[in-house]
Amino acid sequence: MLKYISLLLITAIALVSCSKLVPPEPAPEEVLAGTVPGLTQAQEKEHLVGDAFFGKVFGTADGLGPVFVQTTCSNCHVGNGKGHPSTMVTRFGNNQGSAFDYLNNKGGAQLQPRAIAGYVPEYLPSEANVITRRLAPIVMGLGYIAALSDQSILANADSADLNGDGISGRPCYVDPSSFFIPQSFHIPNNGKYIGRFGKKAEKVTLLDQVVFALKQDIGITSDFDPQDIFNPLSGNFTGDQVADPEVSSYVVNSLVFYMRTLKAPERRNAEDPDVKEGEKLFGQIGCESCHKPDHVTAVSDIEALSNKTFHPFSDFLLHDMGPALDDGYPEGGAASNEWRTPALWGLGLAETTQGGKMFLLHDGRATGIEQALSFHGGESQNARNAFFTLSETQRKQVIKFLMSL
Amino acid sequence: MKKTLLYFVYSLLPTAYCLLPTSSYSQQDSSSSSQNAIYNRPFISLGKTNTAVGGYLEGNTNYFSEDGVTEGFSMELRRFNIFLYSRIHERIKFISELEFEHGTEEIALETALLDFEFHPAFNLRAGILLPQIGLVNANHDSPKWDFVERPISSTAIIPTTLSEVGVGFHGKFFSNAGTVAYDVYLMNGLQDGIILNEEGRTHLASGKNPEMFGEDNNGVPMFNARLAFSNSKLGEIGLSWYGGVYNSFRLDGVEVDAKRKLSLTAFDLSTAIRKLKIQGELAFVKIQVPEGLEELYGTNQYGAFLELGHPILKKKMLGFEDAQLSVHLRAEKADFNQGTFVFDGSKIGDEVSALSFGLSWRPLAGSVIRANYRYHWIYDFFGNPPAHLGGIQVGIATYF
Repeated sequence: MLKYISLLLITAIALVSCSKLVPPEPAPEEVLAGTVPGLTQAQEKEHLVGDAFFGKVFGTADGLGPVFVQTTCSNCHVGNGKGHPSTMVTRFGNNQGSAFDYLNNKGGAQLQPRAIAGYVPEYLPSEANVITRRLAPIVMGLGYIAALSDQSILANADSADLNGDGISGRPCYVDPSSFFIPQSFHIPNNGKYIGRFGKKAEKVTLLDQVVFALKQDIGITSDFDPQDIFNPLSGNFTGDQVADPEVSSYVVNSLVFYMRTLKAPERRNAEDPDVKEGEKLFGQIGCESCHKPDHVTAVSDIEALSNKTFHPFSDFLLHDMGPALDDGYPEGGAASNEWRTPALWGLGLAETTQGGKMFLLHDGRATGIEQALSFHGGESQNARNAFFTLSETQRKQVIKFLMSL
Repeated sequence: MKKTLLYFVYSLLPTAYCLLPTSSYSQQDSSSSSQNAIYNRPFISLGKTNTAVGGYLEGNTNYFSEDGVTEGFSMELRRFNIFLYSRIHERIKFISELEFEHGTEEIALETALLDFEFHPAFNLRAGILLPQIGLVNANHDSPKWDFVERPISSTAIIPTTLSEVGVGFHGKFFSNAGTVAYDVYLMNGLQDGIILNEEGRTHLASGKNPEMFGEDNNGVPMFNARLAFSNSKLGEIGLSWYGGVYNSFRLDGVEVDAKRKLSLTAFDLSTAIRKLKIQGELAFVKIQVPEGLEELYGTNQYGAFLELGHPILKKKMLGFEDAQLSVHLRAEKADFNQGTFVFDGSKIGDEVSALSFGLSWRPLAGSVIRANYRYHWIYDFFGNPPAHLGGIQVGIATYF
């Protein structure tokens, strides 16, 4: 009988100790997950709804395609982080010198190289003389960027380089989508608004970005854009066999809410002396002229995002990045050599979402921070040169600082 | 491959039949092979009439956490299955199994078949049957197993429980060296959902479709065969194959797509070394997918498990004669995409490894109380550092 009692006791202890026997939660600064501090319980719940949609894999029965790039948001934005080269999107067009043809009647501007069974995937047409590839960005902290006022962005603009520092960041004014509802902090300019999302700042709001990605990347129509994508070489308006719209505004808005309420990546080792020295050098050599560390949000409908200081290390302006990064592809209001300064937060965790390696810049061509810096040109040429004139120790300190973001 | 297997098996039958003219129709095989699994259930031997009703019940608790995120503690009544067996004639048998999963969340007729025994080496089977793939699919009754969860290779690679409308033959050849068992069936087969499904990967289980019990999606049956050898020393080893064209390439008589085939090959083993019980399965999938989808939907998959069990106490316990307490270990792995990335040729991730430890107590052979600890290493498509899933399950299962 003693054996049985012992066994029962062991089992009981094991059950009581459940929480000790399961994998622990990683430190919050080591993962790209979690919500903006200060959300209400109802908002936390809504965030989880969006999270589920973000991870949902669309199949043929859900309206996937008929042509598509990926089957789920989380395949490109794996772990909410920077994308992997295997999931890059391809955009193409025909540069005619004085004009640029996005080849919409040939499947442009974005290639959908995959198709549902029985349908024909797109391929690059022979007329495409410009082809560019784009790595998916990190989706953490986007709510802060969305809550930034246009005035804040304009405060850093210096398109004529009046201060003579060689940096001439300019806002990217783009036509808003038909469903754009301006907030108090949006400032129109001849009917256009400042784009702040996308590698060339071609999207004004996260809603624009989500609706675009659902359709162009997954082939999913929504209440906001109910016209299904198709391969024009296969026949106009032929498509999948699921009625449009394939997802409701509820799904789209939940996805937007999810991204708005993902917290900003947390710093690691911020107090390390090398990191602090690297941060100082980062400012001294001029990187902060574009990679602005500090911003403050405007009043937001989400209280937790109102009047909050955040540190994306970006000015959200377009800059001429020189010939090495000129992809020949103008987009929105940006010229082919212009790119919106990418936020640097989460850079140190890139390897955790990019398969243990690091793929940087818009097309993942750089496999390390130094290599990424070597491609910097144009307005960033001086900062680039200054970095490479630093001592080896100092360069390591700058990189250590960047890896702490 | 299919034609070769068909030729091999069918050419064997008449020869084997002629070689065994003196075999008795009433010759019985008491082994617990996969082929016998559906009749190796206690309820059948209890009744004195030609018809018997039985079944099994399975329930468990769950406490899991993935990288610190847990839903907490919960309980589930996983399955309540009812068997109906009828010996219509000495050599004509009917058996069926109606499954209720999670109460009435999912109700399925898992088996409803007739066996006509012309000879121990030649039986006709038709109806809703369990294809003979690997060890677990046709031998999946929960009370037989000492872990709450079925092996990953048996669910995510081999789509257990796979039941299909089919027809074919099975039989056994007996010799002093042991028993050779064969099964050959034609069936409607898995369908289009194997790819472009909500799993986002090649997933044979997503190719199940309720309509497959009514008609084939492409008019080309799939084929299943298993060849097994067993004896008292070796236990049983089996080699099985399942495959054919899975996609709807033809609509209204018009060919609208290319034919795409799948091939599932499995090796299985069930043996014992002294009191150490060893069971294992190794399964490989090869599948054709539409152009452009090869990276996303793997064309090659494999999965394997090895399970060890050892009794630590067998005696009268708590009033149950011959009660048994045993310990168990299971190691398993499934690689859902053995392909490589187009951009640099490196290996695609998308795999899971797991270790499970278990303690089971059987007051009777067909009843079990079990406690398991499971730990998974889950690698995403890109091969990022793995997610860690761990948890404890305590469950019961019994035949009735």
